[in-house]
Amino acid sequence: MTGNHVKRRLAEDIFFKGMVCLFAFISLLPLFLILYYITKNGIAVIDWDFLTSLPRPIGEAGGGVFNAIVGTLMLIILSGVISIPCGIAAGIYLSENKAGKLASGIRLSVVVLQGTPSIVIGIIAYIWIVAPLKTFSALSGGIALSIMMLPVIVKTTEETLKLIPYHLKEASLALGVPYYRTILKVILPSGISGILTGILLSVARITGETAPLLFTAFGNQFMNINIFKPIDSLPYRIFYYAMSPYPEWHSFAWGASFILVVLTLVLNLIARGISVKWKTRF
Amino acid sequence: MENTVLKIENFSASFGDNRILKDINLTVPRNVVAALMGPSGCGKTTLIRCVNRMHELIPGATVSGRMTLIDEDIYAMQPIILRRKVGMVFQKPNPFPTMSIYENVIAGYKLNGIRIPKPELDNIVEQSLKKSALWDEVKDALHRKGTFLSGGQQQRLCIARALAMNPEIMLLDEPTSALDPKSTSQIEELFVELKKNVTMLLVTHNIAQAARVSDVTAFIYLGELIEFGPTEKMFTVPKDKRTEEYLTGKFG
Repeated sequence: MTGNHVKRRLAEDIFFKGMVCLFAFISLLPLFLILYYITKNGIAVIDWDFLTSLPRPIGEAGGGVFNAIVGTLMLIILSGVISIPCGIAAGIYLSENKAGKLASGIRLSVVVLQGTPSIVIGIIAYIWIVAPLKTFSALSGGIALSIMMLPVIVKTTEETLKLIPYHLKEASLALGVPYYRTILKVILPSGISGILTGILLSVARITGETAPLLFTAFGNQFMNINIFKPIDSLPYRIFYYAMSPYPEWHSFAWGASFILVVLTLVLNLIARGISVKWKTRF
Repeated sequence: MENTVLKIENFSASFGDNRILKDINLTVPRNVVAALMGPSGCGKTTLIRCVNRMHELIPGATVSGRMTLIDEDIYAMQPIILRRKVGMVFQKPNPFPTMSIYENVIAGYKLNGIRIPKPELDNIVEQSLKKSALWDEVKDALHRKGTFLSGGQQQRLCIARALAMNPEIMLLDEPTSALDPKSTSQIEELFVELKKNVTMLLVTHNIAQAARVSDVTAFIYLGELIEFGPTEKMFTVPKDKRTEEYLTGKFG
């Protein structure tokens, strides 16, 4: 009786392992297909001219995405300037005050914010900034994106700081170091790799966001570095080129997509590198 | 009076409604190792944490009575000023992981933003590491991270860090309980050497350690100071029955 039993169990084992591998493969497939298509269609378009020239009017050949690259970088900087200090401060507050009404309020709002559809955040930024100023602007786009970055930074900062042993804080306080210097000079440096990783991942997350930019940064055919004027961005430029009826512009959309994907990939790789290399040993 | 470093009078401490220390009276003279021993949970760690007011980090902590450090009321001082005069070494070695050995020794100055010229800092680092008997082992690796050292070396680094501030008194909270026997005996020898320059208050649950290194011993039981006196006397002719029972291993 044992022989058959064992055989059946082994067969089940192999079947199970096979299924796990199969589904794991299927889940990877879309990523590789996306990378394959974008690289295949996009890389041919990329040249110096594409990277450094502005979009041209309809009917004129050529053109590029320079203003979109500059716009995306500006939006990243703007949203970072707003969300990084707020996010880190909220993360510090949460790790320092584990209980309490304010802490649980912040935690709840972080979760809700993380689940808020990006288009809703765009509308909010429209109501807050665009409507009162009566113009689309880079500033409103930056604010919309900063709201999207915020929960990621708060969460990673909190999780990182929670892992720092309490005895380090005690060591610093026992030397007569004031509380604020203990946080700034002992706790934050010990958690720097985790915090930076969180910032980079949140930047990677917002670089590709289009929806919140539709009624805020709006898009711009021309070069603009004024934060109170509409600004172009890579995702918006992809949308614009892809919706056009011209084959050349379609290929431009692939090219811009390629740049965007490479940017996100590089950000993720740097984040990974930092989290491994700069990790503090306790 | 000149010979008294720490004076504790009618001192009580509570966390919320829980009274941990009851009417402690204790006088620690200069340049001795004073051991606080007692079974775990008796309040000895709370007592030394009251000396540098680290117990205030726990919400709901209250105290009554008086504690003076060289005739200065500890509870009238700013904690950050007090803690610069009172060094502390913890159970677990806790060098700062982001700093080198050199930076760890001068962490008290660096983190407090006290600016000192480089040659003087070099001197403080060398003297402190020599005092903590670590200099010969690390003098060629001062710029490596402190966390690469062994447990015993890390603890001596923490002692050097406390010594660098020239404290009036050093609080040692079971400093060898996380270390192996060899590192333990090195650190015990170090304490005997160090008392020429600094007064030490040593919390230990190891009776033999109290006997080996201390000059005076306090026995604390259930938050009360049962007996306090010269170590030799207490270990040979204890006055209180409870001390005798503790020393002979009947409880604790």
